[in-house]
Amino acid sequence: MKPFEYSAPKTLKEACGLLGDTWGKTEILAGGTDLVTSLKQRITQPSRVLSLKHLKELHGIRNSRGSLVIGAMTTLGELAAHSDVRRHFPALVTAATGVGSPQLLSVGTVGGDLCQRPRCWYFRNGYGLLAQKDGVSLAREGENRYHAIFAADGPALFVSASSLGPGLIALGAEMVAAGPGGATRSIPATEFFRAPQSENEREIALKPNEILTEINVPLKGLKNGIYEIRHRHGLDWPYVTAAVAFGGKEGSGGARVVLGHVAPMPWSVPAAAKLLNTARPDEATAARCGQVAVEGARPLSQNAYKIQMARTAVKRAVLAAV
Amino acid sequence: MAKVDWPEASKRTLIGKRISRTDGPLKVTGAAKYSYDISRPGLLYVKLVTSPHPKAEISGIDGTAAAAVPGVKAVWKDEELQEVQYVGQIVAAVAAETEEIATDAAHQVKVEYRVREHQVRDNDPALSKDKPSNLTVGNLDEGFAKADVTMNGNYGCPVITHCCLEPHGQVTEYRDGELYIWPSTQNVSRYSDGLRNDVDLPQNKIHVDCQHMGGGFGSKFDTDKWGKIGVTLAKMTGRPVKIMLDRDTELMIAGNRPSAYAKIKVGAKRDGTITAVDAEVWGTGGGGGYSAPPIPYVFGKIPNRRLVGKGIRTNRGGQRAWRAPNHPQGCFLTMSAFADTAALLKMDELEFFQRNIQFTDRPTVYTEELNKAAELIGYKRRAHLRGDASPGPIKRGLGVSIHTWGGQGHPSECDVTIHPDGSVEAACGTQDLGVGTRTCIAMVVAETLGIPLQAVKVKIGRNEYPQSGASGGSTTIGGISVSSRQGATAALNALLEVAAKRLGIQPDLLEARDGQIREVDNGSKRISWKDACALLGPSPITKRGVNVPGESAKANLASQGVGGAQIADVSVDIETGIVTMNELVAVQDCGLIINLKLAESQVYGALIMGITSALYEEAVYDTRTGKMLNADMEFYRLAGIKDVGKLTVHMMTGKGYDDRGVIGLGEPPVISPAAAIANAVANAVGVRVPQLPLTPERVLAALAQRGGSAA
Repeated sequence: MKPFEYSAPKTLKEACGLLGDTWGKTEILAGGTDLVTSLKQRITQPSRVLSLKHLKELHGIRNSRGSLVIGAMTTLGELAAHSDVRRHFPALVTAATGVGSPQLLSVGTVGGDLCQRPRCWYFRNGYGLLAQKDGVSLAREGENRYHAIFAADGPALFVSASSLGPGLIALGAEMVAAGPGGATRSIPATEFFRAPQSENEREIALKPNEILTEINVPLKGLKNGIYEIRHRHGLDWPYVTAAVAFGGKEGSGGARVVLGHVAPMPWSVPAAAKLLNTARPDEATAARCGQVAVEGARPLSQNAYKIQMARTAVKRAVLAAV
Repeated sequence: MAKVDWPEASKRTLIGKRISRTDGPLKVTGAAKYSYDISRPGLLYVKLVTSPHPKAEISGIDGTAAAAVPGVKAVWKDEELQEVQYVGQIVAAVAAETEEIATDAAHQVKVEYRVREHQVRDNDPALSKDKPSNLTVGNLDEGFAKADVTMNGNYGCPVITHCCLEPHGQVTEYRDGELYIWPSTQNVSRYSDGLRNDVDLPQNKIHVDCQHMGGGFGSKFDTDKWGKIGVTLAKMTGRPVKIMLDRDTELMIAGNRPSAYAKIKVGAKRDGTITAVDAEVWGTGGGGGYSAPPIPYVFGKIPNRRLVGKGIRTNRGGQRAWRAPNHPQGCFLTMSAFADTAALLKMDELEFFQRNIQFTDRPTVYTEELNKAAELIGYKRRAHLRGDASPGPIKRGLGVSIHTWGGQGHPSECDVTIHPDGSVEAACGTQDLGVGTRTCIAMVVAETLGIPLQAVKVKIGRNEYPQSGASGGSTTIGGISVSSRQGATAALNALLEVAAKRLGIQPDLLEARDGQIREVDNGSKRISWKDACALLGPSPITKRGVNVPGESAKANLASQGVGGAQIADVSVDIETGIVTMNELVAVQDCGLIINLKLAESQVYGALIMGITSALYEEAVYDTRTGKMLNADMEFYRLAGIKDVGKLTVHMMTGKGYDDRGVIGLGEPPVISPAAAIANAVANAVGVRVPQLPLTPERVLAALAQRGGSAA
């Protein structure tokens, strides 16, 4: 990898001061499961790597004013083992453990999962986030079996790789980011992921000079579940996932259905969620929910199969949540 | 005198038993040293500079910047290379004090390419520019005229790689005017032949050492370009150098199995008898030639048949022999077409195979093996015609396949030495690819001399030991078993002469058993092994055993020609397309088995490799860039422990098998899994998924095409 400066500041304020206004000059290191390989493969060549490991306030999970607050440096293993998470958010437990390997669960972090880069094989082979060569989209014209079936009309055809994103959106979470001087702002999970329009943008709503510090998940008593479809029965990336949340003490209105790995961002399907606000979540509703969720999918040349998978994932997620 | 014939079953103490491998503890504790583990004083690390283009002319290689990087000791450039033919082709190499410096410096080697038009597609016969091969037997028109039904099918399997867990490479060192190499190689004895033009040293000054290997599967016969670069850089720097391929390079250039796509027509009578097979096959082996896999496979005596082969030259890494070259492809294509013919006739698949068993070379063996496999998986109770009619999204099915292989032992020499203190050693220039060759030699020698396994020290993996063949084509066990048996028998007979004099008895009345030299069937005259060896005085006995394949076959010590039957049991989720292995039963013969545990272990490994090729493996090439997009272990998937299901192995032994002598086992059990699994999937979901690997997207596409997807 290209030589870089390594910083591991002790305070958030100091850490924020080490970031700049351009993506790629400084890369943030959490668990490193994505960044280290990206550095080795020269997918990114920063002049500085900023480690968050000494920022104590980013670690751990706490209960605060009707929310569970998950520090961005909490590991996936800690998340999946936490008693409150297990009690209230089975969707997050399934998503975290679904990552599959004990090594990844031990070092991979919640923040890292949300901010990891796409697995698009053109991107990983050095053709950039939008996978273009001589002005042509390699993914649109080429090997797109793992690419997007929703929101695939823009230049970005990769799918968001985040395991936790769909579940957090379904649960109505908010992300907290710290910027210059350590000032924080809140970003609804629904707005955290975005499709970049150029190579100078990234796939999350953070600014280059911001650090994801924590995630607030409201405790609303929602039934929630997730269903992930993977090729291998062990360690593997999902083809498609679906997260659902519905019910809750406030009654109807709060249901969400969110698909993963089908678009450049976790893909919310309000029409499917609407069904869960009104109908009893039985087998028939689940199947209808799946059907509605895939309406409007626009597959590429090789990935029409994902429609069937998405339909199934939504159906099974609803049934898992009941 | 002791005879060289294999002992009959009642007299065997070790042969045919389940014995754990002698180097198991070394491997478990990490004490076993592989090429990657070899470290030498002053070792330098080498990184290769490879082509990012599938086809390009090279107008210049500039290593100045790389050479100037602190820690870089040498830059080698391929001055003769004018054009690269595939992504990953080696262009230059950098030797440095650390692996990291070498990696960074390799990025600073500037290569000027003039990019040319490339071609990496392999799945369209129209891309073939070579003259097609054609093998026609009998009369096709007559054959199809006799048929009551005709099945037309298209099938295919993509290029897959060897993906040895231990990559290719070696450590190379010049010391005191001699050359020492620690390669990962399937060919210890003749490894240095490949350096003939690169080294100005006599062969007796080149030392090759390979004690342990993490697999080869046919991809590690040659010295290879990195072997030559190692020698060159060791000479340039005067320091030992290590080159091990990175995983991406390993996947791109160190072993490709040719693809095979086929259009097959099968004619059959109503009772299932096949009357004709017409097959057109195409695929790629990279830039070189192509040889069509055998169709009809195993059922080679079908009277009317035609096989047309069309090679497609591509800008991909070259092909290498992949465990049972061409057999897995031929097997998958043939068995798929036959199962589809059975389905067309609404006939049970197993019955269909048995109906045509007379078209194989060994009908009795296959019948016996199919029956055994059927019994083990509960076929009669569970089989159904194509399409699991039970409710719900999970469909279950069974699939059948049979296969064949040769497995004649290769030429091999082995020196067996009995020392005056009673210790024994066997030296043979063979190699242990991970299968237990070392253990088998120890077992044969210990059995022959009537001493415990631990009393035999086995020396293999060095080219100064007596020559033994390359480990390819399931030839090793036959070769080394006979040469070590011959050597041990000769050494024992020399010892019996000495012992006979002391005991006052004719040597041909003596045998070695239970750590004694004793009178045959009687034992009243005896001397302990140790005391007998002490009679040798200062001089040990060393005798060389030699396997001459034709002769050992005549003497029934080793032979060739094996069969095998496999039945797969799978579940398919028709709402997601995911295939789950429930069980894979393998029934296999291989003559006289030296070590039953290692033989079973060999089959287990083959089944896992076969499941992997059936469900996961595919080298995905991008048409536009010519790159292999999944040259990693993230999207070049291998089966994990949760993916393989239950594996059931039954080795055929006893009369009719043991008396055939020793036959190789490495290739045959890897041939059938993909065919059996693909047939099981078709049996489960009611429709053929024609292309390997049987990915969820392919399963769903096949279901959608039929209009039968559940949802």
